[in-house]
Amino acid sequence: MANDLMKALSGALVDEADELSLGELCRSCGVHAEYIIELVEEGALAPRGRTLREWRFSHEQLARARRALRLQRDLRVNLAGASLALELLDEIERLRARLRRYDPWC
Amino acid sequence: MEYKDYYKILGVDEKATQDEIKRAYRKLARKYHPDVSKEPDAEARFKEVGEAYEVLKDPEKREAYDQLGANWQAGQDFRPPPDWGAGGFDFGGGGFTSDDAAAYSDFFESLFGQRGRRAGGAAGGAGGFRMRGSDQRARIHIDLDDAYRGATKVITLGVEELGPDGRVRMKQRSLNVRIPKGVKEGQQIRLAGQGNPGMGGGEPGDLYLEIAFNPHPFYRVQGKDVYLTLPVAPWEAALGATVKVPTPDGPVDLRIPPNSKNGRKLRLKGRGIPAKQPGDFYVELEIALPPADDEKAKEVYRYMRDHLPFNPRAHLGV
Repeated sequence: MANDLMKALSGALVDEADELSLGELCRSCGVHAEYIIELVEEGALAPRGRTLREWRFSHEQLARARRALRLQRDLRVNLAGASLALELLDEIERLRARLRRYDPWC
Repeated sequence: MEYKDYYKILGVDEKATQDEIKRAYRKLARKYHPDVSKEPDAEARFKEVGEAYEVLKDPEKREAYDQLGANWQAGQDFRPPPDWGAGGFDFGGGGFTSDDAAAYSDFFESLFGQRGRRAGGAAGGAGGFRMRGSDQRARIHIDLDDAYRGATKVITLGVEELGPDGRVRMKQRSLNVRIPKGVKEGQQIRLAGQGNPGMGGGEPGDLYLEIAFNPHPFYRVQGKDVYLTLPVAPWEAALGATVKVPTPDGPVDLRIPPNSKNGRKLRLKGRGIPAKQPGDFYVELEIALPPADDEKAKEVYRYMRDHLPFNPRAHLGV
């Protein structure tokens, strides 16, 4: 462990332009494609591209899919509930950003 | 190790019914879920609550826990009694608990065994089964200055490790990570091969670090753009002026155009976060009133009152 501490690790900055296919997204989240398709149908994820084959997900979408997954697993909400929670959390984040103008520590 | 008061953690009475325990748990789980809560210790609280529920939801485990007696206090140094398990319970063998998401405390494991995920069992003997380790994710908090200049940060993670008995256990691990210049909130840094270990000789997964900014006393960040609320004197806004403005890159001179209104936004192009395509720096003017606390200031205000035909309430129709 001391070794790890001595040298600084340089990682690759994940480029926002990098996108994932449906298969890559599934592998990264450890879920079946059906689950991701349902999230898209629910409107919780919005990939670029029209057909399943063409679907491309940004890294932001990947983080979103993982979040939905954790909410479902930990809080026993269903897909629609997780999608609603994601939207409300987005809204809270937007409001917090505006509030920060008056209170940087909120 | 510390004794844990699971009733206190869930905020319930020792005589609480199973239903009351379930309700308390569900409420706290929603409150402290790391994806929902902004509290800095949310993750630790969430795990603690989950552990308490794992014990109290199960009548057999709860009874065993209760038999430890009321002699223990939260935080007290704890050692399981020598006759632990003699009363018809048998948790000693491990592999008792079902949850795979959380690593439980030493206290929990001394009573109920480790979580029963035998990762190596399948990998060791039977026919060359290899699997790549899973990717790990963590959030790293940096200052805005770090995004402008780049930095090196130490991060401590809990990582899964395969013990000699083939069981997965959690271990603390510290990494020194270079933060490249130009990162923005939510962006990820991928450290190849620094994730969870693989099985049966499979390669390790990757580690993804998500960038989050510590709040700054006067800069606000939105994506690649940085905002500053800049107080100006009424005459600076009215007559125009060149004033010094702090930016994370160092102070710059900013020209305030004459007749600027309160809240006017001025843009310094390319002085936001220095990403591949740099963000902008926005200055929002906030007109500060000089206090009228001496005769001189009062005189100036009176002069303005008598000489300026100004009605700030004209748009209210009065």
